[in-house]
Amino acid sequence: MTKGPLYAITALFDTPDAVMHAAGETAKVFTHYDVNTPYPLHGMDHAMRLRPSRMGFFALAFGLLGTVSAVGLMTWVTLVEYPMVIGGKPFWSWPAFVPIAFELTVLLASVLSVVAMIVIYFKFPNNRHPLHDTMYMRRVSSDMFGVYVKAEDPAFDEQKVRGHFARLGATQIDAVYFIVPEETERPKIFEPKFLGVLAVTAIVAMGATYVTYNKLLYMVPFNWMSDQAKLKAQKPSDLFGNGIGMRPPVEGTVARGFLPYPFKGKPDDAGKYLLNPLLPTAAVLERGKSKFLTYCSPCHGNFGSGDSRLAGQFPSPPTLHSDKVRNWPDGNLYHVITEGQNVMPSYATQISREDRWAIVHYVRVLERAHNAKESDLR
Amino acid sequence: MNTTTADYTREVPVVVGRPNASEIEAVIAAPLDQFPPRGWWIAFSVTLSMLTLGACCIGVSVYKGLGVWGVNQPVGWGFDIVNFVFWIGIGHAGTLISAILFLMRQRWRTGIARFAEAMTIFAVICAGIFPLLHTGRPWLPLYLTPYPNQHGLWINFTSPLVWDVFAVSTYFTVSLVFWYLGLIPDLATLRDRTTSKVKKTLYAAFSLGWRHSHRHWHHYERAYLILAGFATPLVLSVHTIVSFDFAVSVIPGWHTTIFPPYFVAGAVFSGFAMVQNVLVVVRRIFNLTHIITLDHLEKMNKVMILTGSMVGYAYGMEFFMAWYSGNQFEQFVFLNRALGPYAWAYWTMVSCNVIFPQLFWIKKVRRSIPMMFAIGILVNVGMWFERFVIVVTSLHRDFLPSSWGMYVPTFYDVGILVGSFGLFFTLILIFIRTLPVVSISEVKAVVEGAQPHHD
Repeated sequence: MTKGPLYAITALFDTPDAVMHAAGETAKVFTHYDVNTPYPLHGMDHAMRLRPSRMGFFALAFGLLGTVSAVGLMTWVTLVEYPMVIGGKPFWSWPAFVPIAFELTVLLASVLSVVAMIVIYFKFPNNRHPLHDTMYMRRVSSDMFGVYVKAEDPAFDEQKVRGHFARLGATQIDAVYFIVPEETERPKIFEPKFLGVLAVTAIVAMGATYVTYNKLLYMVPFNWMSDQAKLKAQKPSDLFGNGIGMRPPVEGTVARGFLPYPFKGKPDDAGKYLLNPLLPTAAVLERGKSKFLTYCSPCHGNFGSGDSRLAGQFPSPPTLHSDKVRNWPDGNLYHVITEGQNVMPSYATQISREDRWAIVHYVRVLERAHNAKESDLR
Repeated sequence: MNTTTADYTREVPVVVGRPNASEIEAVIAAPLDQFPPRGWWIAFSVTLSMLTLGACCIGVSVYKGLGVWGVNQPVGWGFDIVNFVFWIGIGHAGTLISAILFLMRQRWRTGIARFAEAMTIFAVICAGIFPLLHTGRPWLPLYLTPYPNQHGLWINFTSPLVWDVFAVSTYFTVSLVFWYLGLIPDLATLRDRTTSKVKKTLYAAFSLGWRHSHRHWHHYERAYLILAGFATPLVLSVHTIVSFDFAVSVIPGWHTTIFPPYFVAGAVFSGFAMVQNVLVVVRRIFNLTHIITLDHLEKMNKVMILTGSMVGYAYGMEFFMAWYSGNQFEQFVFLNRALGPYAWAYWTMVSCNVIFPQLFWIKKVRRSIPMMFAIGILVNVGMWFERFVIVVTSLHRDFLPSSWGMYVPTFYDVGILVGSFGLFFTLILIFIRTLPVVSISEVKAVVEGAQPHHD
């Protein structure tokens, strides 16, 4: 650090009255001057002829920004992005927005105004100002009052300023110089110490991130309750004799509405007692057709004639147009689908009860179409 | 000073005697330059132990879940919410002293404002712990804020609990900025007087390079005024919104429109009691009796009579409304408060909050340090019980007698409460050794002869 060119001539005064007078007199002659006092003095703004502070406009602008952004966000969320009915109230329920709008107004108005003042008016942080660490600064920071005139003032002349301050009764007059950094000084960011701190910070940050995402989040209690003191289905357990965690229903348990098929091995009884519960509506027939084409046609053929490509390779699937089948009651057909017959397996697990009855209807349609009477053609 | 003349038009001198600027500075900055005395270490070890107990209880609560607390069905809000409302209330006195009294040009506030603001910040920190723990997943606070996320979910902007998040976080931020703004000139003064290189670096960094320039003071004073202007409605809004957490529900005993003003008055009441208690101790230890004067404490006691009477009025009005509404559930809740299983809590609250503060009508009591200290403690006990009564007695017996129950706090509930006091006093003890507890620049400005004579 070396002494640079002259920055300002400073003068210290003992009493608030003296500095007030000095400020007023200095303001008459110079423009690039300032007053430093350990606390604000009433009336100094007037003596220095300062224009009223514009901080109020900053506060107004930032406050409005807060209001508008709060109301805007809440409007967009509740009307566009995520409309949610709450207690039957309108989506855009403005009284409920008042508290948040108010809070954001206050938040932005206060915080941003202070930030703007510090950055725009004060040009802080700035600890390299020539006045720092001078005797002048130490005194005005504590118990004295100071005025200084900068060398850049058009009316500046060192002797003239010193004389001006002496006339006003200054107790101490000093010169303050700019500080010029030595040319040999390297920028601080290349110092090994700084680079070392940077490297350590980076390693710590990486390690912490790794641990957080790969270890911490899998630990109790941060693991979304995935470990709980309960048995999950399909998991083993020593608690029960058979080593199975879940408990099967007791024998003979019947699901609601699903009584077991009562005509096992009794096709004649099925034909006698079962009636098709569905009406042959267009929708039911469409459903039956769809299921027939899926499950029945691979063997019985698309039209139920037993003419699928399996014919001849196995015991040929029978036609559904035989007199035997045509004269069966609906219950018998349902029984065969449910229980199977000869080589045909049971379809009870694949086709629901309703769909089986729909297929029965569709088979009747096929039979009728295959043996159409004169009257049907009309 | 003549205290016998009852001339209430005369403004109380802010500072006793006429210390000069460097004396003021020396006495305020003294604790920062000395190694803490033995008493400080004893106090610090006590508060740190309390804090550790609280931290352990929080650890268990987080690891095992909230089942370790006393909350149950039907009392789903227990100590967590009681403590939250209590601590937020403590904070309100600080903002009231620093902002509202500033706007009312009450110059006596200068001696106590800095300390009260610091207490606000610490109290809000203590308060913030509780709702966060109450969520059960305190590591996911982001979920409380509106942010675009891949779930496509947003918070419910019509919920008072969400308003709370905004109110408390805004309150904390604005209080912090207000406090820091006031600290900047003092930090610059400390920067220029310290001889330690480490301290100088820290003070220089945090004072941002403040030069006591009048071109800066000019904007600074205006900004301070604006901040005080914003903080005033803010402090009223915060406890109003906290009371909405209750008032917007349909639980008898909570569903009343008196809650916002009643909560704000109670908050100021308890906050002043806490500030008074702590200042009584601090002014004695740090020889600040001429800066934090008996007149200041007396004024605070007067505020306590006012707010205590407002709280007492609210208690009476609640009973009146319960009778006048003709609503049997409302009537039952209030009878149950006064005569039910938690009657002891109710009568503790009434005697501590309404009866004892009335002693402050007597001037001798108002100016007696031991008396005011004892009443201040009672007020804080009473105000804590007020929140307990509101939360627990309203919940434990509501509409359906078949779902009535009792609330008994567990060890962990009490541990976290003790821990929050530990945190609060630990922060205060650190604060009084690291930062000026009284605003140096403001006190210098109000000493007799500090301002120019305009003649």
